[in-house]
Amino acid sequence: MPHDHHDHDHLSPSGHPYRKDQDHPLSYWQTMEIAVRELLVEKGVTSDAEIMAQIDRMDARSPADGARVVARAWTDPEFKARLLADASAASREMGFDIGALRLIAVENTAQVHNVIVCTLCSCYPRNLLGLPPDWYKQRAYRSRVVREPRKVLREFGLELPDDVTVRIHDSTADMRYIVLPRRPDGTEGMDEAALAALVTRDAMIGVGVARMPG
Amino acid sequence: MPERVRVSRRMPPGHVRAPAYLRGKTGVVERALGRFANPEQLAYGLPAGKEPLYRVRFTMAEVWGAAAERPDDTIDAEIFAHWLTPVTERQDAP
Repeated sequence: MPHDHHDHDHLSPSGHPYRKDQDHPLSYWQTMEIAVRELLVEKGVTSDAEIMAQIDRMDARSPADGARVVARAWTDPEFKARLLADASAASREMGFDIGALRLIAVENTAQVHNVIVCTLCSCYPRNLLGLPPDWYKQRAYRSRVVREPRKVLREFGLELPDDVTVRIHDSTADMRYIVLPRRPDGTEGMDEAALAALVTRDAMIGVGVARMPG
Repeated sequence: MPERVRVSRRMPPGHVRAPAYLRGKTGVVERALGRFANPEQLAYGLPAGKEPLYRVRFTMAEVWGAAAERPDDTIDAEIFAHWLTPVTERQDAP
């Protein structure tokens, strides 16, 4: 028997546990959000179509956008200089609609490894990379990565050499951050599109590095 | 703004973006960011003055003391000027 008999009530016919549905009543803040949204629509401040369009715009953003920015910086030294001077302007220059995002790019080198966090809430460069992963918003990551970053990075599978300095960037106010990962060895002949495929979301948060080619 | 700054130790109620774990800690200004609306007023829909914002770099040794995982690793955070006071000479945190 794959499962204990007493567990059968909680398992689907395929043997997996049922996921709890959201059968509980609305919370105070959920009710508040619905009321404010309906009032704004009723008074003509915004419309359902405008809200849906905004949700669609956010859902269309993904780490692939950030990966294209990184790949451009790897192949074009002048673009990289502009990215490090003003990452918002450099992202707009590539045609990304990042709204009011104020972005700072921090560069990984042989001596420095950068990691992004928001200890106070869940600030993230959403307007370029899309929505953050769930773990980024959780207390465990937010509280631990400022206190024991090397241990946290090890849990992500990233072991840093002793001579590399770790720099944590806590997004406490108006800036958002993106890590410019190191370009992997053995990628000399690759074009921008192929390079972008090596750039993961985790590499741009700093809990990982870019993939090796092949 | 001088290079070395200390974050105020005060703990007022309200929407404060200077994180508690950095209060009372001394760091170095990494860069000035310009002026931004004060979140302590903005969060309540009050007229918010624009205050200078800085990126301040702290060592792990300064923030966590002997418990630091690696003393010379760093934490950078954005701190508003009204939370910072200049430190003229090196003083160890009490």
